[in-house]
Amino acid sequence: MELNARTPEGPIEKSWDKHRFDLKLVNPANKRKYKILVVGSGLAGGAAAASLAELGYEVECFAYQDSPRRAHSIAAQGGINAAKNYHNDGDSIFRLFYDTVKGGDFRAREANVYRLAQVSVNIIDQCVSQGVPFAREYGGLLDNRSFGGAQVSRTFYARGQTGQQLLLGAYQALERQIGLGKVKMHSRHEMQELIVVDGVAKGIVTRDMVTGEIRSHLADAVCLATGGYGNTMYLATYAKGCNGTAIWRAYKKGAAFANPCFTQIHPTCIPVTGDHQSKLTLMSESLRNDGRIWVPKRKEDCGKPPSQIPEEDRDYYLERKYPSFGNLAPRDVSSRAAKQVCDEGRGVGPTGLGVYLDFEDAINRLGAKKIEEKYGNLFEMYERITDENPYKTPMRIFPATHYTMGGLWVDYNLMSTVPGLFVLGEANFSDHGANRLGASALMQGLADGYFVIPYTIGGYLAGVKPGTRITEDHPAVKDAMAAVQNKVDRLFAIGGKQTPTHFHRELGKVMWENCGMGRNEAGLKKALEVIPQIREQFWQDLALPGSGNELNQSLELAGRVADFLEIGELMCRDALERRESCGGHFREEWQTEEGEALRDDENFCHVAAWEYTGDGNAPKRHIEPLKFENVHLATRSYK
Amino acid sequence: MSVAEQSIVGAEDRSPGFLDSSVGRKVVMAITGVVLFGFVTVHMLGNLTSYMGAEAMNHYAEFLHTMIHGMGIWVFRAVMLTAVALHSWAALSLTLSNRAARPVGYRAQQRQAATWASRTMRWSGVILGIFIIFHLLHLTTGSVHPSFIKGDAYHNFVTGFQVPAVAAFYILAQLCLGLHMWHGVWSFTQTLGLVHPRYNGLRRNFATVLTILVVGVNISYPVAVLTGFIH
Amino acid sequence: MEKHLNLTLQVWRQKDGKSEGSFVDYPAKHISTEMSFLEMLDVVNEDLIRKGEDPIAFDHDCREGICGTCSMVINGRPHGPKERTTTCQLHMRSFSDGDTITIEPWRAKPFPVLKDLIVDRGAFDRIIAAGGFISAPTGCGQDANALPVPKQNADLAMDAAACIGCGACVAACPNASAMLFVSAKVSHLALLPQGQPERYSRVRDMVAQMDSEEFGTCTNHGECEAACPKGITMENIARMNRDFIKSSLTFRPEIASGGAG
Ligand SMILES: Cc1cc2nc3c(=O)[nH]c(=O)nc-3n(C[C@H](O)[C@H](O)[C@H](O)COP(=O)(O)OP(=O)(O)OC[C@H]3O[C@@H](n4cnc5c(N)ncnc54)[C@H](O)[C@@H]3O)c2cc1C
Ligand code: HEM
Ligand code: HEM
Ligand code: SF4
Ligand code: F3S
Ligand code: FES
Repeated sequence: MELNARTPEGPIEKSWDKHRFDLKLVNPANKRKYKILVVGSGLAGGAAAASLAELGYEVECFAYQDSPRRAHSIAAQGGINAAKNYHNDGDSIFRLFYDTVKGGDFRAREANVYRLAQVSVNIIDQCVSQGVPFAREYGGLLDNRSFGGAQVSRTFYARGQTGQQLLLGAYQALERQIGLGKVKMHSRHEMQELIVVDGVAKGIVTRDMVTGEIRSHLADAVCLATGGYGNTMYLATYAKGCNGTAIWRAYKKGAAFANPCFTQIHPTCIPVTGDHQSKLTLMSESLRNDGRIWVPKRKEDCGKPPSQIPEEDRDYYLERKYPSFGNLAPRDVSSRAAKQVCDEGRGVGPTGLGVYLDFEDAINRLGAKKIEEKYGNLFEMYERITDENPYKTPMRIFPATHYTMGGLWVDYNLMSTVPGLFVLGEANFSDHGANRLGASALMQGLADGYFVIPYTIGGYLAGVKPGTRITEDHPAVKDAMAAVQNKVDRLFAIGGKQTPTHFHRELGKVMWENCGMGRNEAGLKKALEVIPQIREQFWQDLALPGSGNELNQSLELAGRVADFLEIGELMCRDALERRESCGGHFREEWQTEEGEALRDDENFCHVAAWEYTGDGNAPKRHIEPLKFENVHLATRSYK
Repeated sequence: MSVAEQSIVGAEDRSPGFLDSSVGRKVVMAITGVVLFGFVTVHMLGNLTSYMGAEAMNHYAEFLHTMIHGMGIWVFRAVMLTAVALHSWAALSLTLSNRAARPVGYRAQQRQAATWASRTMRWSGVILGIFIIFHLLHLTTGSVHPSFIKGDAYHNFVTGFQVPAVAAFYILAQLCLGLHMWHGVWSFTQTLGLVHPRYNGLRRNFATVLTILVVGVNISYPVAVLTGFIH
Repeated sequence: MEKHLNLTLQVWRQKDGKSEGSFVDYPAKHISTEMSFLEMLDVVNEDLIRKGEDPIAFDHDCREGICGTCSMVINGRPHGPKERTTTCQLHMRSFSDGDTITIEPWRAKPFPVLKDLIVDRGAFDRIIAAGGFISAPTGCGQDANALPVPKQNADLAMDAAACIGCGACVAACPNASAMLFVSAKVSHLALLPQGQPERYSRVRDMVAQMDSEEFGTCTNHGECEAACPKGITMENIARMNRDFIKSSLTFRPEIASGGAG
């Protein structure tokens, strides 16, 4: 397997412009002769489908939700970065690039990140022209805030609903194309298989989630924009339907899976209350701008109501350990710090897995009214879920799985190792390295969808002869359809006793314990033993009601869990092989005396991309070395 | 094609016929409703002449019948008839669409905001319609009046209400009018888009005051006759 | 404080769009007050699956009140008894031990039931496709600050844009009218300068599509506003009516003219 990143040579400031010029163009009259499948209608998929249709390609778009507007991107709260420097505070494309590379702990490809920072500017222009109601100042100009550990104000936001508003912008553009007949939308369709002919992606197989019909869709190129696979952990901030199925099928058809172990744990989520918990809810990180994080200094105080713990008995551990960033330390750093104090037995709340996020000082300083203006909806949400009033008693928060930086390996053109298969948004591995800075996933999704794929896919299609699409009677199509049907049949044939969720929960526990915030060799090895066992039980003891020819949510879930049970294993394997700590990947064996992540640039300054070699065989690890010519390798320090 | 697949009619098929559209029909209802309420309010004021005695009322009635050389009343009748017809048509057609829009109802439905008045608009409207027909036969043509004297509005008015059943029906109709008006006056401002946060509070109050005034005064007529205050 | 409840659920079960449906009773035992309503249904469903029965199908995704997927009428109120709260954010502490809870799908002709509590809301997407957008092809944007927007308008637009497209307004409306949903999108775009060029054609096209989907009409009951989890107000409906009237009064049919060659 060859990992040719196709990064342009020359000065980084020019490389995207030059590359765009070098890409071949498709003749406008020919564009409608090419069909492109876009799987996913989130920021990446929605933006791509709309933009490609505007260019004149024939587009079909797929989503498992009932409407493209409900893709998981809708849940993003905080904001989106762009190097507009509207606040004259020293921001620039280079600074956004620099921060992102450094934030990713030097495990991302420089050229990609630079391009991301470059087009971030166009994204905001695009969204505003679509009518995204970003927050404004009294003069009518756009407002920004500083977010997720950035030292400049470059985050654009729309109340606490930035993802929703950006997605609605893309959705509206997509619906416009649907109305014009340029995009055919298939909602409630789940991609189950990739069709590959002679190593080239030629289509997909989907299951209609209402009728159960299994059908092939054939095209000249396929774009996967199916989001992250973080639900492998069971409890996560992801929507319940988020899955790794699409990318996992692609992996099994030859697309390399890069850095699967790079997951982000978000520090400010509402803690788990019990076994019934089905997902975790994120509280926007913006809360950390005014909230102070603490736990009692002594274990014995943990049971006491917070108001009875005097100031001198509180440990504001982030402020103590990272005086210059304090409560705004990056996500991985502050998540780990929370885990550490809980491991020491100083966690709060009924489960002992929680730390306080306290607004008392901010309320005293700014007044409750100001705090309500800034965070009212978040406070309301917290109260709705926990029945506690955060104006009176500190919030309790705990880290939770939130984002996967890993994903299918793509080159500079967003093409995977399978020609014709492009991967966009969270589903690829490209721009965040080992840790994602706040407000940059939205940026990446839209950059990929609006401003990268429309150019790069042309470069590919220009080399594909129009009219060379395969037809439904091609053996590869039949095989792929049969594979999907077989899997459904196999699942129904088990006839066991346990629900799909049961296995998912079991997997989640193993993942969280061994491949979560802190990882070590023993734990990962244990997980690699236990996961196959759970998988075996799954295939022996799964209970599945109903049939495949109807709307069957248990079947949907079972299919996804079956894939998570395999993805989890690859994540652990990758974590085991990466013998260093970087960003969100913290190997306990590699830490400084102060407990900070210790990178090993000599041996691991690379992307690890895994190649599937058949069921039962160990996957093969390939390497794409990373070069840092513009931002020099340095140890991240947030002291 | 599965239900999940979408397609919509082409833009050119979307004909913007005002009266075909739901909002258009609503606007018709609102405008005709305003005309009707406007009349009812003026009518209520005009009938105050009954408190000033036979001469005043008859004089007023004569004025109505002779204004603009006798044309006025016909113009007025034409407007009223059209308004009632359009209003009833719009009400019927919208009611039918609304019924059709929910073929299967709920087992349990808890109302939060809808008022009794808003939910009974059709019924209060229908009773009003019946009342109008009766009222015309009663006081305009005299067909159902026991001792109708053409041209003597005051006499017709007094003797008409001396029949208790008739007076009772009038009162009932006025209560329906009240329900219809209380929701209708507020509702037409909404339908015609006459809202603004600064004045929104006033809309309800305006509807309430106007309703109480019109209905109160109207009810006072049969009551005044029955109690012998007017005779 | 966590408590446990025993409840009886009366749930609408319907195999698919073609079958007749009916209410079926299910006990829900030992339900923690810390659970969300959907987690309570998860528990009931896990039991059903283990017993080999068909679990209750219901739509959900984000489970944090933003995607607009969850959709059920709980004791006669869309999204249940708590104001401004979607079903997924409703917690069991809103109920008491021994309660009987009736659970039904959204009921409206344009929202046909697909299974149990799941309905097809594709009509909403088609309404958006008919005009609920600003035609701004990718790459045409001028600098984002080139067009200042008064903060008040931006805020009002955001209020309207907060609609999650859940359909509770339709479910709650005695006429099954979609006016609140449609007016929210019309208002969002009409309040912004970018939305002006298509302002009047947009409202006409969207209303036309809404009508052809056979939603009911608004008679200003206000149930929609009371049920809306995102606080969308009826002021939007009035704003839309105003635009619609203006649009109809000033509508100029397009004259087909040949290309300029
Ligand atoms: C709670 C939360 C808050 C966040 N806040 C922020 C923030 O403030 N700023 C920021 O930058 N980022 C934030 N993120 C991250 C960011 O929202 C996501 O990474 C990003 O939106 C992903 O977009 P996407 O288009 O790649 O995928 P998604 O939006 O997840 O879309 C996936 C699409 O693929 C479809 N799909 C998936 N699987 C299949 C299949 N098998 N078949 C067919 N279709 C399929 C889905 O239907 C969906 O349409 C947040 C994430 C979460 C969870
Ligand atoms: C002929 C019999 C009538 C019927 C069947 C009828 C029916 C209705 C109905 C169903 C509505 C809709 C409710 C709503 O939109 O809120 C309505 C509204 C209204 N009606 Fe009537 N009505 C009748 C007579 C009248 C009369 C006599 C008046 C005035 C005196 C009147 C004034 C109004 C007004 C102002 C509205 C509000 C319009 C709006 O909200 O836009 N109606 N009517
Ligand atoms: C108790 C209250 C009312 C009284 C005492 C009353 C009295 C009268 C009288 C005396 C006339 C006859 C005038 C004439 O022919 O010279 C009349 C006519 C009329 N009234 Fe009323 N009225 C009342 C309520 C209403 C209401 C509520 C409506 C409408 C909803 C209404 C509609 C009319 C109409 C349409 C005419 C006919 C005018 C014409 O064309 O000649 N009235 N009314
Ligand atoms: S207006 Fe409110 S109730 Fe209606 S779809 Fe939007 S959010 Fe849901
Ligand atoms: S409840 Fe229905 S009648 Fe109008 S105000 Fe709301 S749409
Ligand atoms: S599941 Fe997303 S709003 Fe309820």
